[in-house]
Amino acid sequence: MLKYIARRLAYTVVILILVSMSVYLIFSVLPMDPAALSCGVHCKPYIIEANRHRLGLDIPLWQQYWNFVRGLFVGRTYGEGSAAFSCPAPAFGYSFSRHACVTDLVKEAFPVTLSLAVGALVLWLIMGLTLGVVAARFKHRWPDRLATGFVLVGTSLPTFISGLMMLLFVVIKFNLVSPLDMGRWVSPFDNPVAFFKNFVFAWITLALAYAAIYTRLTRSSVIETSSEDYIRTARAKGLPEKLILRKHTLRAALAPIVTMAGLDFAGLLGGAIITEQVFNLPGLGRLSLRAVLQDYDLPTIVATTLLAATFVVVMNLIVDLLYAFIDPRVRVA
Amino acid sequence: MSADVAVNDAPVQELVSRTPNQLAWERFKRNKAGLIAAVVTLLFIIAAFGAPIITGLWHLDPEKPYVDQLTPYGMPVGGSGISWAHPFGIEPQAGRDVFAMLLYGSRISFTLAIIAGVATIGLGLVIGTTVGYFGGWVDATIGRFSDFLLSFPQTFFIVALSLPLVQRVEATGIAHGNTARIVVLILFFSVFGWPAFARIIRSQVLSLRERDFVMAARSLGASTRRILFRELMPNLWSPTIVYLSLMLPSYLAAEAVFSYLGVGVQPPASTWGIVLSDSINYWQEDPAYLMIPALMLIVIVLALNVLGDAIRDALDPKADR
Repeated sequence: MLKYIARRLAYTVVILILVSMSVYLIFSVLPMDPAALSCGVHCKPYIIEANRHRLGLDIPLWQQYWNFVRGLFVGRTYGEGSAAFSCPAPAFGYSFSRHACVTDLVKEAFPVTLSLAVGALVLWLIMGLTLGVVAARFKHRWPDRLATGFVLVGTSLPTFISGLMMLLFVVIKFNLVSPLDMGRWVSPFDNPVAFFKNFVFAWITLALAYAAIYTRLTRSSVIETSSEDYIRTARAKGLPEKLILRKHTLRAALAPIVTMAGLDFAGLLGGAIITEQVFNLPGLGRLSLRAVLQDYDLPTIVATTLLAATFVVVMNLIVDLLYAFIDPRVRVA
Repeated sequence: MSADVAVNDAPVQELVSRTPNQLAWERFKRNKAGLIAAVVTLLFIIAAFGAPIITGLWHLDPEKPYVDQLTPYGMPVGGSGISWAHPFGIEPQAGRDVFAMLLYGSRISFTLAIIAGVATIGLGLVIGTTVGYFGGWVDATIGRFSDFLLSFPQTFFIVALSLPLVQRVEATGIAHGNTARIVVLILFFSVFGWPAFARIIRSQVLSLRERDFVMAARSLGASTRRILFRELMPNLWSPTIVYLSLMLPSYLAAEAVFSYLGVGVQPPASTWGIVLSDSINYWQEDPAYLMIPALMLIVIVLALNVLGDAIRDALDPKADR
């Protein structure tokens, strides 16, 4: 087991390095000059060159990458002398257009994205698992048909449309959240009610889309496990149906669901661009969308992209280890 | 022998032999929802690609501002401007006919989704077949590469890279404006799309390559290329067609999303996503302008999903959903 973990960990580190290198490389060969982008329309060439030097963009690419990685661990200082400014570790870079260390921008946005992802995850797991189990137990009867209909609608409804409809025809129409509060981050510890009101509609929107997929997955997973021999044994022993479902069927059926939930959750942690944009939530997704559309703020874009990729890669590792923990057969492979 | 006799003694019954395709077609015809979905899809596609003819028959011009249909404030007369002459109403401010806008816009969306879908399938088919057939280090390398590709956050990449990549494409002179944006979106969709399909094909090929007909072909001295393209690929068309039919709706929706976010196709083109993002500004005065493109997009995505499910059920009767 230890050997498996070590091998898997090493693989993850390699992937992370490769991903960070390619993200860095892709963004630095773009036809845009971050130094020129750092100072508006009325810019003089000498300012651009000075900024290029201050941002450390006048050295070879591999050195830039090295500085970037070093910055992540020990922080980074830009410029020299009295004009110097520094970002403490982990430094993702400095955003000239926002006049802030990217790490601070990320720190501000992350709680929003995290709240969005966690709330949606809880909601869609409850919905998906319940509907899936009910559909499997009443296979080919009306609850199953209803669930199938829900799956079809849920998978066909693009989130930006369901989100827009929810926002316009429910939230704004019935004045459920005052426009002034919308899109403002409220900590759940300061004001739980405002926090809940801010997020609940975005949770529902996201959860609807995911719950449909999880209903389908749970249903087929439960049906498949129900035909296993050990379930028949449990039934032959005379165990009550509810106990079989809870202790035998669900436990086995959950493995693929946990895997998928982990990966979907990781995908959302990087920023739910669409939902955040529709509901005006200042999370990581909106941070990067704004960075792209307003002024192509490269350091922010590199940071958010890298962060999103890191979540996926790390969650892949966690899910794999978890799977090996649940299912001993995986360890041998 | 006795079985033969029994058959001969039985009253002569018309035995019609049917190919698997005919059987699949018969199963498909029995699926009512699937048939309706097929008709709806067909109507949408005809409307999209026949946009010039249909708007011509309706005496509509997609670019003409129907200013006489607007109030002095730039809003359509009577709220949405829906009338016999303008069945979907009039665009606020600019005054274009919404019916013509959406037809021409859907032509762009369908073109993009179909090309991206075929490219995804093509890449996945070729790579999946090759990898599955050769196995070994080819399989391991490409497997790792697709893992690597899948660890990139796709939406982030498309959002972040579409702008500079469009400039790149424009600089090469291949395409300009929206054509360049469409090219970039197709590139993104197919580059990030193939690994999932290649995986399905790979597992199919793994079992197919051990079958007798492949060995027969090999012993007859068939070249590797012949085995790959002539022996293996014809056996893969049913997962291919199923996957393609499920890929189209997701690409249609994706195009709408990126246009809505402002990183896809840009106005004055009028795909569903673009019209939707404009219509938010007028949702209270002119809700029809918002609902019509939203409903169209929902209906076509739903129809394509139902159609895809029906095709899968017809081709693979064992799959019990």
